[in-house]
Amino acid sequence: MVSGGEVKLFGMWASPAVRRVEWALKLKGIKYEYVEEDISNKSGALVQYNPINKQVPVLLHNGKPIVESLVILEYIDEVWKHHPILPKDPYERAMARFWAAYSEDKVALMCRDAVRRVFFAEGGERAKAIECLEETLRALDGELEGKEFFGGENIGFSDLVLGWMAFWLGVSEEVASFEVLDPKKFPWFTSWIDNFLQVPAIKENLPPRDKTVAFFHGYRRLHLAAPNC
Amino acid sequence: MEQAPSGLKLFGSWASSYTHRVQLALKLKGLDFEYMEEDLNNKSPSLLLYNPVYKKVPVLLHLDRPIVESVIILQYIDETWTDRPIMPADPYERAVARFWCYFADDKLGPAVGAVFGLAGEDQKAAVAHVHENLKLIETELREGAFKGRRFFGGDKIGILDIVLGCGSYWLAVFDEVMEVKLVDPEAFPLFHAWLRDFEEQEEVKEIIPAIDRLLEYARGIRQMMLSLKDTPTAAAPAATTTTTTTTTTTTNDNSNVAVESGSSV
Repeated sequence: MVSGGEVKLFGMWASPAVRRVEWALKLKGIKYEYVEEDISNKSGALVQYNPINKQVPVLLHNGKPIVESLVILEYIDEVWKHHPILPKDPYERAMARFWAAYSEDKVALMCRDAVRRVFFAEGGERAKAIECLEETLRALDGELEGKEFFGGENIGFSDLVLGWMAFWLGVSEEVASFEVLDPKKFPWFTSWIDNFLQVPAIKENLPPRDKTVAFFHGYRRLHLAAPNC
Repeated sequence: MEQAPSGLKLFGSWASSYTHRVQLALKLKGLDFEYMEEDLNNKSPSLLLYNPVYKKVPVLLHLDRPIVESVIILQYIDETWTDRPIMPADPYERAVARFWCYFADDKLGPAVGAVFGLAGEDQKAAVAHVHENLKLIETELREGAFKGRRFFGGDKIGILDIVLGCGSYWLAVFDEVMEVKLVDPEAFPLFHAWLRDFEEQEEVKEIIPAIDRLLEYARGIRQMMLSLKDTPTAAAPAATTTTTTTTTTTTNDNSNVAVESGSSV
């Protein structure tokens, strides 16, 4: 284990944004203390360290808070330089950052929408959401062509950021009763999911599936009660 | 036209603050580049080729390879030409700068854009929201991460100055076009002072378009938006720079915090 000062992570077990930080910490063998937050009743510490968003994940390094999972990943990579997450070449770094931004702007959004819309169950709306999701999968599939991971031979920044799709997309499919992960349509992407989930730091660091499905069922019910949130 | 020696070509739009960010960074670094003005209502095949995913400006082409998304472009420029750095050296400072870049694009930008698209009580609420966001920045300037600094980057303009500054000139434009008060010098004295200082910098003056051009542009868009308000899609027209889309994006949270996503076009 590598130490480099006191590292503490405020998280929530079902959150993909939190997991991606944990994956980075595990990949680099960084010792850290994990604090589980009750999202419905956020701790004083969380609010203190992230007064602006009041969200997890929050990384505390030697008492200084870093927030936003993508910012945290870059920070971790810059402080603990072994087992690099981002490539060295500036152009490749730009590409890695691009796919990370894509994950957060387009894909995460689409998936949430798809999960949320299913109960408004109007064929047209739901079909549109799924079509959007497929469009993003096509883009990702294209990017992966010929590669084992977004990072090439080894997992990197984009893989960690997009990694939520390897697990949480399947969960969403189950919760919202739809199917997009078709190996015939997206052969590279579906292979990537398998490759990604085989990496030990990832495999050993996933939330329990049934518990996650149950959690997102509940999450979706909450949204049905307040559809404009 | 011959390619500039640095091998740089920038696709942009004269009224796009995201384009201005890149132009400013290139200017600060002393880099030549070829500029291609895009008509956002009639995007060039090149733009669509180089940015097929978002189809937006700015796009920076370096040695025939495209880089998109302004904050990503800024970091690319900084990492490729390492003189006159725009990112801080210290990892924690870098994290702070990156966080506030996200804040500028995910929170402040959309909040300002919302003011532009609304009227009456809705607009008042949107203005209040902008003030809340400016207050957060003001607090950091007064007693937080940026206490005692002339610029967010310290003595010299850095990435956050570029990101916040290119776009903040719209605040004065919107104040005039819509008769609101977004940057109240009494409520936000430090932010106001920083903005004035930023706008006085030589490089910045050379980039930002003349105020009457911006005013005319904003008035035109505003008219169009208000006349579209009764149509089913009140989405902003393609030519606007700081307008919001109707999408929401989740940022790093499993709980339901909807954050509007601003976009350049």
